[in-house]
Amino acid sequence: MLNKSAKLSPKIFDKDIDQKPTRDGYGQGLVVAGEKNPNVVVLCADLTESTRSHLFAEKFPERFFEVGVAEQNLATIASGLGVSGKIPFVSSYATFSPGRNWEQIRTTISYNDSNVKIAGAHAGISVGPDGATHQAIEDIATMRVMANMKVFVPCDAVEAEKATVAAAKIWGPVYLRFGREKMPVFTTEETPFTPGKAEIFWESSGKGSRAKKPQVAIIGCGSLVHNALLAAKDLEEEGIGTMVINNHTIKPLDEKTILEAAERCGAVVTVEEHQVLGGLGGAISELLARKLPMPMEFVGMQNTFGESGEPKELIEKYGMGAKDIKAAVKKVLKRKR
Amino acid sequence: MSALHEKKLKSLEEMANKIRQDIISSLVEAKSGHSAGPLGMADIFTAFYFHILNHDPKKPDWPERDRLVLSNGHICPVLYATLANAGYFPMEELMTLRKLDSRLQGHPHRGSLPGLETTSGPLGSGISQAIGMALAARLDKKKQRIYCLTSDGEHQEGNTWEAIMFAGKQKSKLNNLTVVMDRNNIQIDGFTEEVMPLEPLRDKYESFGWHVIEVSGHDIEEFVAAVNEAKAIYEKPTVIIAHTIPGKGVSFMENDYTWHGKPPKPEEAEIALKELRTLEGRIKSEHE
Repeated sequence: MLNKSAKLSPKIFDKDIDQKPTRDGYGQGLVVAGEKNPNVVVLCADLTESTRSHLFAEKFPERFFEVGVAEQNLATIASGLGVSGKIPFVSSYATFSPGRNWEQIRTTISYNDSNVKIAGAHAGISVGPDGATHQAIEDIATMRVMANMKVFVPCDAVEAEKATVAAAKIWGPVYLRFGREKMPVFTTEETPFTPGKAEIFWESSGKGSRAKKPQVAIIGCGSLVHNALLAAKDLEEEGIGTMVINNHTIKPLDEKTILEAAERCGAVVTVEEHQVLGGLGGAISELLARKLPMPMEFVGMQNTFGESGEPKELIEKYGMGAKDIKAAVKKVLKRKR
Repeated sequence: MSALHEKKLKSLEEMANKIRQDIISSLVEAKSGHSAGPLGMADIFTAFYFHILNHDPKKPDWPERDRLVLSNGHICPVLYATLANAGYFPMEELMTLRKLDSRLQGHPHRGSLPGLETTSGPLGSGISQAIGMALAARLDKKKQRIYCLTSDGEHQEGNTWEAIMFAGKQKSKLNNLTVVMDRNNIQIDGFTEEVMPLEPLRDKYESFGWHVIEVSGHDIEEFVAAVNEAKAIYEKPTVIIAHTIPGKGVSFMENDYTWHGKPPKPEEAEIALKELRTLEGRIKSEHE
């Protein structure tokens, strides 16, 4: 059942739930952060409207810089601003930034400890018809391996706004990951969001339903957390108890919450719109290998590129739908000793 | 910054010579590192830290200071030797260059050592970072100037031209930015015009909307005058193309690209130091 203290939307499982892309939350968050702190500046590489940076640009034109199609320049100009007392947010698509400018981010932002926030929009396969060139499915991995970098992957537009505002308040480099496609808005203003703190959204209680106590911890991030909840609801009706954790902060990882959940359940499924190599699944498996080895299954892109198609079709074809999460839970259950 | 009188010019030239000796000493001790570029830029670094920059070595984080961004981080032996002589850190620390636990990293790391404005090494990113600093100064209505020292070889990087294009677009907003290009004609694999031709550099910069000045990088008086001219240009950013001799001051290193990325051996360093102390034999009594 839903964790009441997560204060999720009452319409969470309704067909007519509000739908918004997480990039909308980013745009709103930029305006809020910009109102609170005059040092917030935004740079964009010719994708101002589609990254929703135009909301900030219209409100604070003197604090907005258009750099043109030049992602290396985007990161490095921000580096200079970030060591000069400004809080720059750089907006582009994740395949280009942090894709094309990875080394500039490493040297001039991360190692240089410049206070820059990198926003990768259009991340994941749900970018859809644009095809694999524009579907960033490696960005969590490439940002996560950088020392001094924090990584946030918000699960819906409301959380995206909170993550953006929070990033402006945190000193140092942060990577923020957003999606293009409209997704259910299932968290609320009251849903807790603390950077570095994973939230339990679902927990089968073993009371009042056929479900037993949680047997598998489903740990997800980003747009697929909603699918994980749909899977958990179905599984509970089938008598399989689970926990669903919204792990919005990939780095620093909330080891305490994850280890406690893993210990209670004894098996883990990770769910992400990203390669299963090196992303959320990688982070969780590294933690468990060190502290609490147990059976795991990984839902995500299985070492392949995407293709053109409608977002929902792609999520289904590449094995990240609710039914695939259910299958992964059943598979990992069989592997439990 | 005023024009140079004769006495000041002489003291700067003597300091540049001392800095060259300190570069050789630190490189021979480090047993690796770059020789040609640092020696070639010693006059310009001296001009900046002992005459041009508005800075305070005792307060390296003073917010109003002018910024000097070193884009081609591999010539850091000249930056380190200059900073030490200017009083940013103890001279003896120059002997820890590239060693374990040293603040003098093989390529500069901001935060490791006072006086470093950026982390650099991978080429082509310095002008952009200087642009970021110049924009921040504009937003904060500060009067400080931002300088970026860059190499000619770096102009083969796409990031460099992205920066040049951006600054040209911003026009007068970035008249607080001056770029100095070390035009020494060499890079690791050979002469720039053979590896990947860069000319016509003046025409390229001008077509991107910059003011261009060309000077000798070994004539401190001429260089200071060029920096003063750059300050007076209010409608666009300025690049000073400084023609330098790689390895300047050490006869067997001058203009030889094989000295780009290696240090002198102890016996070579001895000859180099002797040449510098005697100004290539012009001074009979060798002085320290």
